[in-house]
Amino acid sequence: MIPFRAGPSRLALVVLTAAALAACASRPRPMGPVATEGGPPPPPPSHYSPAPPTGEVTENQESGAPVPGSARDFVINAGDVVYFDFDSYTLRDDARPVLESQAGWLRRYPGVHVRIEGNCDERGTREYNFALGARRANAVREFLVGRGLSPGRIETISYGKERPVDPGTGEEAMAHDRNARTAVTEGAR
Amino acid sequence: MRLRGLILTLAALLLPVLATAEIVVNVDQGATAPLPIAVPAFGGSPIGAQIAPVITADLASSGLFRPLDTTTFPDRGLDVNTQPQFDLWKAISAQALVTGQVVSEADGRLRVDFRLWDTYAGEQLLGLQFTSTPENWRRVAHKIADAVYQKLTGEKGYFDTRVVFVAESGTKVKPVRRLEIMDQDGANPSYLTDGSYLVFTPRFSESSQKITYMALRPTGSTIYLLDIETTRQEALGHFPGMVFAPRFSPDGRKVAFSAEKAGNTDIFVMDLASHATTRLTTDPAIDTSPSFSPDAGQIVFNSDRGGSPQLYVMNADGSGARRISFGAGRYTTPVWSPDGKFIAFTKQTGDEFHIGVMRPDGSDERLLTTSYLDEGPSWAPNGRVIMFFRQARGGRPKLWTVDVTGRVTRPSPFPLAASDPAWSPLLN
Repeated sequence: MIPFRAGPSRLALVVLTAAALAACASRPRPMGPVATEGGPPPPPPSHYSPAPPTGEVTENQESGAPVPGSARDFVINAGDVVYFDFDSYTLRDDARPVLESQAGWLRRYPGVHVRIEGNCDERGTREYNFALGARRANAVREFLVGRGLSPGRIETISYGKERPVDPGTGEEAMAHDRNARTAVTEGAR
Repeated sequence: MRLRGLILTLAALLLPVLATAEIVVNVDQGATAPLPIAVPAFGGSPIGAQIAPVITADLASSGLFRPLDTTTFPDRGLDVNTQPQFDLWKAISAQALVTGQVVSEADGRLRVDFRLWDTYAGEQLLGLQFTSTPENWRRVAHKIADAVYQKLTGEKGYFDTRVVFVAESGTKVKPVRRLEIMDQDGANPSYLTDGSYLVFTPRFSESSQKITYMALRPTGSTIYLLDIETTRQEALGHFPGMVFAPRFSPDGRKVAFSAEKAGNTDIFVMDLASHATTRLTTDPAIDTSPSFSPDAGQIVFNSDRGGSPQLYVMNADGSGARRISFGAGRYTTPVWSPDGKFIAFTKQTGDEFHIGVMRPDGSDERLLTTSYLDEGPSWAPNGRVIMFFRQARGGRPKLWTVDVTGRVTRPSPFPLAASDPAWSPLLN
């Protein structure tokens, strides 16, 4: 598995990701205890970020290498999102390298605090999805704590299905929406 | 709309009643042949011309009545205190007729008289008089519709009620969610929150003056108790993780809700006077969406302790949990009907969603609706109608109603994007 490394631009990172996934796809993945509704699970999505609304200036629009220890550095070089299968909160194989990378980054910058946001696709009801999103956020939290990070640095929140990252309605959009995003809340450069 | 200041006095308007009523509307079969009914404009004050259409819309929305076209009405200048010419109304096939008048009293209040007639039997079935402040004329119309509905079906009405819901705006990825309250026919909408934070799943208390709901901010979630008249609200305690799915107990003294800790969601109950909180479920499954039985002795809830989301019933103290849903599919959002007879729910089968009902023991499951996304049933206080929200693929959610036989499915008159409706008890 090709680990994520710092690239000169986000475009380069995306290309690297696709290549890494292609390499994984040639090895059989162990099937976890996941309830899926018939058919094979969809391929793991590449990192998806919606274009920011016009008028809003976000860090992602800055050019040049990110400042080490900044939130943008975390997003670009550690990777802030992992994805889940339908109705599942089990960490997938493609999530683990991202979370290892997050853990490594957070160990390097011990003053940084994060909030893990758990999200769901819209093919479920509102309250159950708040609970499922909380499970996903907690799965990431447990992984990071297991890598030695202090629980006091990590909060969790669930948005259920209420804040999809992808406004589409096809299978690919749903796959993007089933995620846990680690957001830097304080202590970053 | 203020509930204070509505003064209702009911007085029976007496005319000799010659025989027992012959028209009866069967609530289970009536939608197949709705009863033709005529509601001409009430006489007197100009408000009379506004009251009649509100009554008509209420009765039509039940699916059990077919209000006739006012342009075909034969008898203009009706006086509520004289007997109608029944032959003229029979000639347009009206089986029931409502006549009325509105008078402004010296103190500014409205006095509304109405009579319900059986045209074929040629007799009065009902006569009542209401007195109200002028701004509450719509409530008088709803009370008249309720009285007509009850007289003809034998069931209590549900028209003098309100609905609190989540008004949805913004975009899918940057949503705006505000609590809003309206009359059940879509009139008098009014916001209860300002949209600066997300809001979900409001529920009325039995007094209909208090609401509980979940607020979601980037820092976390809070359950609030909101007083509708003052719009003052207080947080329901402080919890380390997510809190959601709040509902009042039938007597309004407790709130059941879900609280999450380290990824595990369980059901709790808080006593509002003492703030004592009791944990009702303890297993590592998702346990959420509690709903009390009307006698407060049991709670139906949603759990995936068996591997997928299903419905369970437990005693109100948390003991004796047993599964009641057994069909193929995922069951969520259970709601116990006010008369105790049914549990409504959302069911997902493949890529379709349904609103359904079953008996509290799980028997007699019937699916009432089907669409890309139907969700979140709420019962009208008479247990005959359910409001829910429906969303087409790629669309915005809208409020809909379906009756418990499944025969009458209609969009709510409220036109804007909305979700999570909660139906109030009958007002006053």
